Amino acid sequence: MTNHLPRDEQDASDIIRDASEKGILLSLSGQGTKAEMGRPNQTDASISSASLTGITLYEPAEMVISAKSGTPVSEVVRTLAEKGQLLPFEPMDYRPLLGTRGEPTIGAVAAMNISGPRRIMAGAARDSLIGVRFVNGRGEVVKSGGRVMKNVTGLDIVKLMAGSWGTLGFLTEVTFKVLPKQERMTTLVLRGLNDAQAIDALSQALGSPFDVTGAAHIPARDRQGASTLIRLEGFSVSVDYRLGELRRLLKRFGGSTDILEGRGAEAVWQSLRDATVLTDGADRAIWRVSTAPTKGPEFTKRVAQALEAQWYYDWGGGLIWISTSGDGDAGASVLRETTQSLGGHATLVRAPAEIRSSVDVFEPQNEAVMTLTKGIKASFDPSGILNPGRMYAGI
Amino acid sequence: MTIAFPKPDEAVLARRKDIIAGLGRLVPSEALIVSEDERRAFETDGLTAYRQMPLAVVLPSTTEEVSAIMRFCHEHGVKVVPRGAGTSLCGGAIPQEDAIVLGVAKMSQVIDIDFEGRTARVQSGITNLGISQAVAHEGFFYAPDPSSQLACTIAGNIAMNSGGAHCLKYGVTTNNLLGVTMVLLDGTVVEIGGEHLDAPGYDLLGLICGSEGQLGVVTEAVVRILRAAEGARPALMGFSSVEDAGACVAAIIGAGIIPVALEYMDKPAIQICEAFAHAGYPLDVEAMLIVEVEGSDQEIDDMLRRIVAIAEPFKPKTLKVSQSEAESAAIWKGRKSAFGATGRIADYICMDGTIPTGQLPYVLNRIDEIVKSYGLGVANVFHAGDGNLHPLVMFNTNVPGEMEKAEKAGEDILRLCVEVGGCLTGEHGVGIEKRDLMTCQFNKVDLAQQMRVRGVFDPLWLLNPAKVFPLEGRLAA
Repeated sequence: MTNHLPRDEQDASDIIRDASEKGILLSLSGQGTKAEMGRPNQTDASISSASLTGITLYEPAEMVISAKSGTPVSEVVRTLAEKGQLLPFEPMDYRPLLGTRGEPTIGAVAAMNISGPRRIMAGAARDSLIGVRFVNGRGEVVKSGGRVMKNVTGLDIVKLMAGSWGTLGFLTEVTFKVLPKQERMTTLVLRGLNDAQAIDALSQALGSPFDVTGAAHIPARDRQGASTLIRLEGFSVSVDYRLGELRRLLKRFGGSTDILEGRGAEAVWQSLRDATVLTDGADRAIWRVSTAPTKGPEFTKRVAQALEAQWYYDWGGGLIWISTSGDGDAGASVLRETTQSLGGHATLVRAPAEIRSSVDVFEPQNEAVMTLTKGIKASFDPSGILNPGRMYAGI
Repeated sequence: MTIAFPKPDEAVLARRKDIIAGLGRLVPSEALIVSEDERRAFETDGLTAYRQMPLAVVLPSTTEEVSAIMRFCHEHGVKVVPRGAGTSLCGGAIPQEDAIVLGVAKMSQVIDIDFEGRTARVQSGITNLGISQAVAHEGFFYAPDPSSQLACTIAGNIAMNSGGAHCLKYGVTTNNLLGVTMVLLDGTVVEIGGEHLDAPGYDLLGLICGSEGQLGVVTEAVVRILRAAEGARPALMGFSSVEDAGACVAAIIGAGIIPVALEYMDKPAIQICEAFAHAGYPLDVEAMLIVEVEGSDQEIDDMLRRIVAIAEPFKPKTLKVSQSEAESAAIWKGRKSAFGATGRIADYICMDGTIPTGQLPYVLNRIDEIVKSYGLGVANVFHAGDGNLHPLVMFNTNVPGEMEKAEKAGEDILRLCVEVGGCLTGEHGVGIEKRDLMTCQFNKVDLAQQMRVRGVFDPLWLLNPAKVFPLEGRLAA
């Protein structure tokens, strides 16, 4: 199998044009740290952005950064940190969960719309992604968006590229808007709440005027009691004030409270971001569920009635990470039934390849949406050579 | 008057009677407008220099009616121009003679509000402000706030991906939309997204937002609602040069402060607004910033103290921190009346390009030169934090040729925005106004990719077909 490592955008365009003419099916990747995600697909060759690296534009005063798609996320994060800025959506690092090595790339963050806990207030990767350059399945170099944060010129192809898992185009350059890193971060922890109480408390916090930037709940497990975590960021004076107000607001939930700051707090949010809160063995399947926050507790209740499962909540209850047994269908039928009745969607993030080939990895789409999906795929990649079947069969 | 409409389809015009009869079978008679007098109310939108009489106007009340109308138009090859409140500044809702207007304004109900989950489901004809009013009793609001929010509909906001003065902190429509019910051209009703975040599969929601009525008609929307801050207060700063004001904006953001609004006005704009609103603006400065911050009184005091210290090195000639509700209201009244106040003294066209903020001084000086070269005047008011410019090019409609000159000057300004790394439109949309300039921002390949995506939804070019893409070089299905 040929592994293409294009040196530049033109090179990538030549490789893909040639593949489209010959009907060569291509796997797209950066450094392959997430190769075991999505539906397993069979391809004839691969194309990687690993040689397309480097930050191409960074204007701190304009809060914008552009990088070639193969640039390591760590390099982008470091460059921003030098000027006291960050990626607002706090992208998850999948390596601990998937047990992979190598450097996650910024292109994959865009292609998979990877976000973390701050998504609840700052939006997802797709909300910060303001420009892309990519090669479509015809081998054409296409650009959409740009480097300015307000732009409604033409159809928003940028959004389509975000979360398309390389099925529409091979990204060569991405541009994100960024935010200043706040002076101080602190976390209010409520102890001992059950799921329903915790989501209620998180809803109160998120529905307050106090700009909560993280809202998670880790249920009790083994000898560990439950913790409900509410993050505040900002200037110190303001953080102190809002912390006081939140404690007053949430007093009625009783129980003991703690304040986490500094490294301890950072480590907790990193484990929530990277789903390492789920410490079960590597043979367990991992699901990521997005639902209405208030449906969270009912969702897990229904899953737990049918399956042995562990879970925690982020996004105020709207994001649920669930670990199930890696046998059988890894809980697919139960989870799908629950998303159907309560609303939302579930993605099988980690499971053996046999399971990922036999059950839907992504939430199945209704017929009308699937028709549009197929049409959009064909409009970018008429011969269906880019990451075929990675998201849905036939896409 | 330099923008062309496609030649109407004579065959469709000849079938007008049958088309009206067909539509009459789908909706109650009061929902179908056919008389010339009544149709005239729909012949233009916020871009009033251009007018076209539609074949007929339909104002359905339900998603089912919209679906039936769309299916009928699809089967009979009739063009459809979707319309919210008709406030588009780029001609996005201007009809065509061989098209019907499908207005959603009658569908204006709030369907469900979930304060705990922080979402609201509404019919798409509700006004932008209507959403905020429906949730205000619990202290919530809907964040994007275009100047036309009293009149404009959420349907139109979705079509144009509208912004507003406060999007530096809260984002634009696409960042606040969770789901839609949309009717496709063939009448199919699709549900996309919902009360949860990040729909699975391709980001169709992101694609629909800003698609200017070319992909379908949105009949319901689920939007995020947010709890309003405890308070907000603006400060006003006047500078003796454009450069100082620009550098001050960069310094505020560089210090890690994201004000909820950061507005810029140049000298002509200050004078026009002050004469109208008596806001207490300084008349002896070249540029003025309005910086607004939110929070508790204590937080606001702290933040404004920081901002004042940051502004110090740029030697502001005026520095006024609002001390009362009345003062805050006056400061904003001036800014918000900018378009109206300019309209009192001249005809104007309002441009909407975005530029990298580092280019502000250069671009403002160039705009001045461009407009002068046409013998016209310009006032600049805009969102400085994100570089979204709104030059108001002033002219006198009664002087033959002046409007054409203003249009030319506007074109030159937009080309300049693209040249320095920006774009043609930050929040108003392309519509007909900027349609023919698309080729200066996008090459053929970029446009072809967009048109192919458009073709997935509307291969026959029946939905708002005179807009966005230059008439030359269109891809057939």
